[in-house]
Amino acid sequence: MTIIDARPIAPPTGGRLGDSISRPDGTAKVQGSFAFSSDLNAENCLWGATLRSPHPSARIVSIDVGPAYRISGVEAIITAADVPGKATYGLISQDQPVFASDVVRYVGEPIAAVAADHPETCRRAIAAIIVTYEVLEPLTDPELAIDGSFPPIHPDGNLIRHQRIVSGDPTATGAVVVEGLYEIGMQDQAFLGLEAALALPDPGGAGIELYVATQWLHEDQKQIAACLGLEYDKVRLTLGGVGGAFGAREDISLQVHTCLLALRTGRPVRISYSREESFLGHVHRHPAKIWMRHHATAEGRIVRIDARFVFDGGAYASTSSAVLINGITHTQGPYKCANATVDGYAVRTNNLPCGAMRGFGVVQACFAHEGQMDRLAVACGIDPVEIRLLNAIETGDAFITGQVLRNVAPVERCIRETAALPLPDEPVGGHDGDVMRLPGGAGRTADVSHIRRGIGFAVSVKNLMYSEGFDDYSTARCRLAGGVATLKFATAEVGQGFVTIAGQIARSVLGVDDVKLDSIDTGVGSAGSTSASRQTWMSGGAVNAACMKVRGLMFDHVAATHGIDVDGLVVQGNEIVDTAGTLRISVIQATADAEFDETVQYHHKPTEDLDENGQGNCHTAFAFVAHRAVVDVDPELGLVKVIQVATAQDVGRALNPLSVLGQIEGGIAQGLGLAVMEEIIMTDGRVRNPSFTDYLLPTFLDMPNVVTSLIEEPDPFAPLGAKGVGEPPTVSSTPAIVAAIRDAIGKPLDRVPVRPTDIIF
Amino acid sequence: MSNHNGPTLDGSIAVQLNEHYSLDVNGETREVQDAWIGESLLYVLRERLGLMGSKGACEQGECGSCSVMVGGELVCSCLVMAASAIGQPIVSIEGVAPVGSPSDVQQAFVTAGAVQCGFCTPGLIMATHNLLERSPEPTETEIREELSGNVCRCTGYGRIIDAVQQVAVARRSAVAS
Repeated sequence: MTIIDARPIAPPTGGRLGDSISRPDGTAKVQGSFAFSSDLNAENCLWGATLRSPHPSARIVSIDVGPAYRISGVEAIITAADVPGKATYGLISQDQPVFASDVVRYVGEPIAAVAADHPETCRRAIAAIIVTYEVLEPLTDPELAIDGSFPPIHPDGNLIRHQRIVSGDPTATGAVVVEGLYEIGMQDQAFLGLEAALALPDPGGAGIELYVATQWLHEDQKQIAACLGLEYDKVRLTLGGVGGAFGAREDISLQVHTCLLALRTGRPVRISYSREESFLGHVHRHPAKIWMRHHATAEGRIVRIDARFVFDGGAYASTSSAVLINGITHTQGPYKCANATVDGYAVRTNNLPCGAMRGFGVVQACFAHEGQMDRLAVACGIDPVEIRLLNAIETGDAFITGQVLRNVAPVERCIRETAALPLPDEPVGGHDGDVMRLPGGAGRTADVSHIRRGIGFAVSVKNLMYSEGFDDYSTARCRLAGGVATLKFATAEVGQGFVTIAGQIARSVLGVDDVKLDSIDTGVGSAGSTSASRQTWMSGGAVNAACMKVRGLMFDHVAATHGIDVDGLVVQGNEIVDTAGTLRISVIQATADAEFDETVQYHHKPTEDLDENGQGNCHTAFAFVAHRAVVDVDPELGLVKVIQVATAQDVGRALNPLSVLGQIEGGIAQGLGLAVMEEIIMTDGRVRNPSFTDYLLPTFLDMPNVVTSLIEEPDPFAPLGAKGVGEPPTVSSTPAIVAAIRDAIGKPLDRVPVRPTDIIF
Repeated sequence: MSNHNGPTLDGSIAVQLNEHYSLDVNGETREVQDAWIGESLLYVLRERLGLMGSKGACEQGECGSCSVMVGGELVCSCLVMAASAIGQPIVSIEGVAPVGSPSDVQQAFVTAGAVQCGFCTPGLIMATHNLLERSPEPTETEIREELSGNVCRCTGYGRIIDAVQQVAVARRSAVAS
């Protein structure tokens, strides 16, 4: 077992695979000179802003932009009538209007956009546009979308997708039956770097250049070009520095609006969202209700699971259909189960649109299946750790979709190593009785003698990469000349550190120290999205493949130059060595007068659609993790302090252990947020807390120390042996913390986030 | 929606860009021209003086991304009217260390893995320098409390605490030797 207490070791030669080297953009970021999307400006640039609906459902009777146009400094106002191409966009189905024209379907839906000389002028212009609405009754109850009793709020209907899974014998029974109804609130990604873009129009409006913080440049390019009515190659995208993403930048937000304003005015235009606008302007984690019933043997082996999932997709489809599939196909969690009947619904309502957030449907499923495992443990009279070990899935087992698990699956090891990690040695309140260590902290409200400590456990499986037949390939280009490697890819660096490991891959494969990274833009093929824990595997695979191809050409060149057999050549350190002879030559020397340049696409193995019974090899790969949480609870005020989270994670191979640790700790922080504080509260389709004052995020005082063990069993299907590590920490940290609170106070707590009132009453 | 270019409204609604003043920023006198009186210090530093290192993420003083020093106090520049900072020394992230020569705190953040997306980082660097000047050997609880006004969404804070502790240890050994 390796307990990670990562102090990076300065690598001797620039950082190979496995070294904890620092980020190449680190110095710029700490000095404030790194250019985020919101930092980009241009000569003669205008500011843009967006008018949004105040109603969750209304008919637009009229829009009068006249008063806004009369404000000095306003240069353009655009509405749906000014969209020259496709009027709608969307990731899976294009059901979302660039601007609402006839009806609005959620609070925050864009209606018009303004370009002006100053942000304050924009604000006043937006306020001066007069929109007359006929307010309609909003659809806010997902069940009314399922039963068909509410009239369609969109031409595509109120049901986005229904999918069943029927596996094995649906009548199988067990001696022990437990059931629960679980509810997950709407979580916001709350990246710190607000949505921002800068659009530069080509002369005559023939094309456009967009600098934007996004997760997937080529998907944006496709959707923007369609709405602008321009050919793809007339829409060129460059990644603006990204201040976090977590799923919220996978959908279009301000991209089309910024481009339209720039094309209309013939001037550069930049838009930067406010925090309130960001809450309204991007998709969120789906709120969900999940019913599960587990049958098990008296010893605790799962016999059968029945489940029903309802995901509230909000007003537009976004990725709801894929989130649904992710959720229901993870019903069983990382446990063996032969028999299951699952019904899943993703529906349309007049709530905020929902889509991707770290964990993508699996977070919701895991909260439910882990609640069930704890109920099962109680019903069978065994320990929560034992029940999980007893049912742990293994390589070669089939999921309820019929898909056989082929990846490395160290579930048992994750559980055992997590359980063996040291518990916190501090008593309630800390060794020195510091009130800051108590629930309520600076509020000094807690009475130490009343505080109850609890310990909870949770385990999860998370699919990696895209599913259901989608070929989410990645592209990379490698050029090598004079001992310098230059990499180009369109992989969105959102903070996760792909730029760090890309260099490590090139140095390891090519034996160079000097790796340059080209601009991240649409000047090379798609990398797919920075989501689904997929970029280390996919773009890492592409960079590796491109570098391997270049290395082959370099070996050919060396063999030809020196009249030796190419088969004996290997890279050792910074040298090419002939294992069959005596040649030993530095890569710098060997490439002094040569240049090699290769572009490679990396594809994962194909996947399949699910059939009507939810059967099919729909997922690409799987990763596993276990979490143990220790909490102190003040049962009188309903306050929770998380004292420690311990975790053992299946990472395949840690290409940069310090980066992996950062993903683990950061992912757990977001899981903690969902467990005890983060929720977008909606009443009748209206958002009550769109600010950092009212939407609570974990601070330094809320996050405990994390004790981490990396389980490194390289996956034979992964190009570098490394599994994606970004999402798993978020998936089962939430149920582990809630289980710990249950352990402390003995209440069922079937809803997250757990609120003070859930603890008190 | 066309043909709406009517007469311009009077000054009651148009934004008046007519303020002129100077600020003392990072040891230099900087002129601010043709500004709106309602501009925040964050806006003026970024948009009028080109100092883009301070970041805006909440506009409510909740996240600390815009932290700068004004008159020796750590403040959220999004909550300070720029014109109210006239006559007080202002230090932004650009004034902490020359480009390419990071301070000890900045270097520790890089090597300890305390930076991911980096959007919160300039504010945290300002807050950490301020903390270590007031309290050279902070306990872990003190670090957590002192920096709790700075929100980071990527790291989970563990590596940041490590970076702060590394600086405190290094400064102590430097003093000892």
